[in-house]
Amino acid sequence: MNQKSGNKKSRGVLPGFGISMGFTLFYLSLIVLIPLATIFWKSGTLGWEHFWGAVADERSVASYKLTFGASLIASLVNTVFGLLVAWVLVRYTFPGRGLVDALIDLPFALPTAVGGIALTTAYAPNGWIGAPLAKLGIKAAYTPLGITIALIFIGLPFVVRTVLPVLQELETEVEEAAHTLGASRGQIFKRVILPHVMPALLTGFALAFARAVGEYGSVVFIAGNMPMKTEITSLLIITKLEQYDYAGATAIAVVMLVISFAMLLLINGLQRWSSTRHAA
Amino acid sequence: MNQRPLVLEANYATAVEADSAVHVIDVPATNLAAPPRAPSRRATKDPAWVRVVCILGALAFLGLFLMVPLAVVFAEAFKRGASVYFASIREPDALLAIRLTILTTLIAVPLNTLFGLASAWAIARFEFKGKTALITLIDLPFAVSPVIAGLIFVLLFGAQGVLGPLMEARDWKFIFAVPGIVLATTFVTFPFVARELIAFMQSTGAEEEEAAIVLGATGMQTFWRVTIPNIKWGLLYGIILCSARAMGEFGAVSVVSGHIRGETNTIPLHVEILYNEYQFAAAFAVASLLALLALVTLVIKKIVEYRAHQQLLESQKGVSP
Repeated sequence: MNQKSGNKKSRGVLPGFGISMGFTLFYLSLIVLIPLATIFWKSGTLGWEHFWGAVADERSVASYKLTFGASLIASLVNTVFGLLVAWVLVRYTFPGRGLVDALIDLPFALPTAVGGIALTTAYAPNGWIGAPLAKLGIKAAYTPLGITIALIFIGLPFVVRTVLPVLQELETEVEEAAHTLGASRGQIFKRVILPHVMPALLTGFALAFARAVGEYGSVVFIAGNMPMKTEITSLLIITKLEQYDYAGATAIAVVMLVISFAMLLLINGLQRWSSTRHAA
Repeated sequence: MNQRPLVLEANYATAVEADSAVHVIDVPATNLAAPPRAPSRRATKDPAWVRVVCILGALAFLGLFLMVPLAVVFAEAFKRGASVYFASIREPDALLAIRLTILTTLIAVPLNTLFGLASAWAIARFEFKGKTALITLIDLPFAVSPVIAGLIFVLLFGAQGVLGPLMEARDWKFIFAVPGIVLATTFVTFPFVARELIAFMQSTGAEEEEAAIVLGATGMQTFWRVTIPNIKWGLLYGIILCSARAMGEFGAVSVVSGHIRGETNTIPLHVEILYNEYQFAAAFAVASLLALLALVTLVIKKIVEYRAHQQLLESQKGVSP
């Protein structure tokens, strides 16, 4: 049976396309598209001077540097350790592996505010981890380091969850073949395993980065929130709102939205690349 | 049913007789059943010290960033004894916050579930132009920062907002009120059920539903008797995940709520207020409720994965050539 007649058949037999599609588009427009359009329309009424004034303001620029810098470092850390965690879960057996596997998703399920106050308490100068760090002269909470820690927490599951299934489907025969041909373990890792997981690794990195850039709840408690120093962009938007500076909040939000949408398209592209590679 | 695979296997075996790896070919289905396999063969086995270093490194990383924060929640919650813990949960403001959170969840989750079912039916069962674009649009709320999600509704319904004059004329209040909280929560949790169901329904295929229709079942009968039983685990997980996120949403709700105690405070906002007032034991006590909810979500996820997997194995047994 060729593809064309298959499609035709399924469309002919199953009912309900009109109503399900209609409701989908209606609800999507009502909850997501129209509200989102408002913010772009609103920013269009600001005028270029005003818009640029809010976006390129010194305090805003400091917040972008902090937000994107901390997000980049956090997602890089997550990429390295996410690969390690996925590797350990797929290849080794050790006591508590099932528990570890289940707990990986905790940052997805735990409300960000709860994660935020828990991290702050753990990394504060008198906290479980903060106290030993303080002895070493490292201040974690209320510094950019603290922000990075919170962003590592919320981005942690992305790399593990995208890389793990790809590692699982990697046939050990390929490694055996490489071994037979005289490759060392290090060479096998670099030449066989790493190229295989690379698309998934990049996807995980991009997902973690995109999430980190917009994060608010888990960061706001540990950040310290000093303008120019430890103020992330999400918090700056809220501060502007609380000062009734709707125009400024809108302008910054639009810039962040455009960046987020670009990331979403990039991630979709990466995922398509990854799936076509594995299909081939 | 037994004949063909046997013949194929025999052919394959004669073709590559000398290859010792041939046994891996025969049962692809059991590969799915096995948990991540522990390799026993030499070429894929790392030296013991590499294994120990990798495992310890991974555990140390997860300990620092996952286990310790989770343990801190419960340790701090019970630091001042069980009586303080239960008093903090039963305090009137806490109860009102719990009530508002449940109300919000009971509106947002059913709406998003209905949408999830409709969109999964349209996307996974029919071919049409722009399908990829539609899926991307459904994912949009994931890409929007929670703070911006809240801001959108302030710009729409707030006093300075696009619909502000209209709202004022009718004496409606959405922002700093319950409708705004419900809307923001619905927006943020919008894709959860749809995403789970689209993936689930795409993997199950339309054959059973087509058979039901051909045999004379109505659309509704097919949906309730064939589709729902097939997708029930994915549906359950989508609903649980959506509920957990709805109850825990902080950033978006924070922007639209106005933090009016006893009126527009949800559980996470109540936690924030307690924490900022240095009532740490109470803050963590209320937070521990949300942490428990998160742990329950993870347990259900594991069960659903297991069940979905069993179902997949059964269906593979049933439709073998």
